[in-house]
Amino acid sequence: MSKDKLFGLIDLDWRFEITKFKPIRALFKSRWFPLLLIIANLFIFVVILVAGLMGGYSAGNYNFGIMLVWILWWVMLMLVLVPVFSRFWCTMCPFPVFSDWFQRGKLFGVRLGKLEGLNLRWPKKFRNMWIMNIGFLVTTFFSGFFTVRPLATFILLGGIILLAFIIGLVFEKRNFCLYVCPVSGFQGLYSQFAASEIRRIDPEVCAKHPVKTCFTGNEDGYGCPWMLTPFNFEKNTYCGMCLECFKSCPHDNMAFNLRPPGVDLLIDTKKSPKGLDEAYKAFIMLGIAIMFYTAFQGPWGGFKDMVRATTAKGYFTYVAMHASFNLLILPGIFLFFSWLSKLFSKSQEVTLKRIFINFAYTLIPLGLGIWIGFSLGIIMPNGSYLLHIISDPFAWGWNIFGTANLPWTPVFTGLMGYLQGVTLIVFYLFSLNYGNRIAKQLFPDPDQARRAWMPILTFLTLITFIFLWLFLG
Amino acid sequence: MKKILALVLILLFFGISFSFAEDRTITVKAKKFSYTPNKIEVNKGDHVTIRLMSEDVTHGLFIDGYGLNTKAHPGSDGSISFVANKTGKYAFRCSVTCGEFHPYMVGNLIVGPNHRFYFFGLIILVICIGSAAIPLLKRKS
Repeated sequence: MSKDKLFGLIDLDWRFEITKFKPIRALFKSRWFPLLLIIANLFIFVVILVAGLMGGYSAGNYNFGIMLVWILWWVMLMLVLVPVFSRFWCTMCPFPVFSDWFQRGKLFGVRLGKLEGLNLRWPKKFRNMWIMNIGFLVTTFFSGFFTVRPLATFILLGGIILLAFIIGLVFEKRNFCLYVCPVSGFQGLYSQFAASEIRRIDPEVCAKHPVKTCFTGNEDGYGCPWMLTPFNFEKNTYCGMCLECFKSCPHDNMAFNLRPPGVDLLIDTKKSPKGLDEAYKAFIMLGIAIMFYTAFQGPWGGFKDMVRATTAKGYFTYVAMHASFNLLILPGIFLFFSWLSKLFSKSQEVTLKRIFINFAYTLIPLGLGIWIGFSLGIIMPNGSYLLHIISDPFAWGWNIFGTANLPWTPVFTGLMGYLQGVTLIVFYLFSLNYGNRIAKQLFPDPDQARRAWMPILTFLTLITFIFLWLFLG
Repeated sequence: MKKILALVLILLFFGISFSFAEDRTITVKAKKFSYTPNKIEVNKGDHVTIRLMSEDVTHGLFIDGYGLNTKAHPGSDGSISFVANKTGKYAFRCSVTCGEFHPYMVGNLIVGPNHRFYFFGLIILVICIGSAAIPLLKRKS
């Protein structure tokens, strides 16, 4: 076992296997799971789409689609699902269900042999996060519509489902989820911090199993739809937790583990190298958090007018600001600090590009903490609208659960600043802890590592102070 | 001299200010989807009266942490009076659905001294300095 401990407390190699409990392993091996979850979710999404379509262009805080997607789903994703359960949303996501159904020709059982559709391979140059980076950023240009206009939410979700289906007709397996889905990218990025993982148990068992059914599939389960090699993959980023590897492994050698948060941030191997695409995802998520806070939780009315396109000039100015801030300014500032890092290190061996990319991963814990703080600012004041919309999802005057007439009630909003402050500090600590380790990975000489770390420490501290000021100042 | 300065800084940090409580009346104009002024700064102990005027549709003003609420229609103002006894930054937000950006219609009430901000800021600073200094100290020892 490793002696390396997170905060001197938890061994980084510590794992607790949840699937050692027989009922949980049986559940994971059942073909009903996660299918039933997906079907239940599909039903909810049908209601969301119908509510979105019928809600039209009106105020969204009393619309089922808006509230469920942008209040409940988004907040659950950032507060619980990603930090704790990695990409568990992908386990139950209904978006690719139609393309899966089409490719497999069946919803429940396993079809052996070639799948339906053109089954083309995804172009090699797009096997990264860049499409998701740009796609997600472009989606946020319209956040002033999606998050308040039911019809806009309908168009967005309907568009994603349609795109998932079309890509499933043309390309093999889950290429949509892997390389296109806008929700997938940030989940992949932040799932590296998650406190859980799916991994093989014993490498020897996999080594002695020549067929590798987790990759090729068998009568019990499909070969990894995410085109990973479950027998040796190293980090969460591209594992959609579809659980097919649990079903197809005849040796029950796959495990769902609890682990210390963030251990994937230290992975930098030939098989799973740190990449510029993921680094940029970290900048984009951080930049969007700043823009979103300013637009949606800040007091600046002029900026809100730009985001909601009161005038075309204002809107395009916002889009230009938003895009340039995320793609140029923020990475540019970080590049300057990376340059300082190289300068201070006095190292000739480590390139500026490698310093820039590897240290960008220190933004993952802090970025996630910032999104958690932002999400608290959504759910605590607005959560009570959920009670209204579950009773009257289509605004038809229903009162299914007797909660349709409950007044808007902010919950513990007086404590919000404390919660946001504590969250920031906890995730800042994680960023510093992993940043130190990344520095030591990059610069084997301890003195070089220490000197190189100082500018990045300064950058992380500045970002933390900016958000502390936004949340509490 | 240094001791006096340190004492003043400590007193300021812990919110013991030398200012006296004042009566503060602030008129806030509400218009889709912002308040003017969007930031109200008062001191702990001030008797604050916020007069809410609407310039278009019905708006509300709910203050986080204080749990106070008022409404204003065009031509009919609302009013809240309270003693600012909780320090920190609190959002005030529209409490009447007034249009599509209604959930985002917020302003800030800052009751000084802003303990929470200083407190968390100090922690971050200590962590930062500690993080930089500990490896150096370890190396020297």
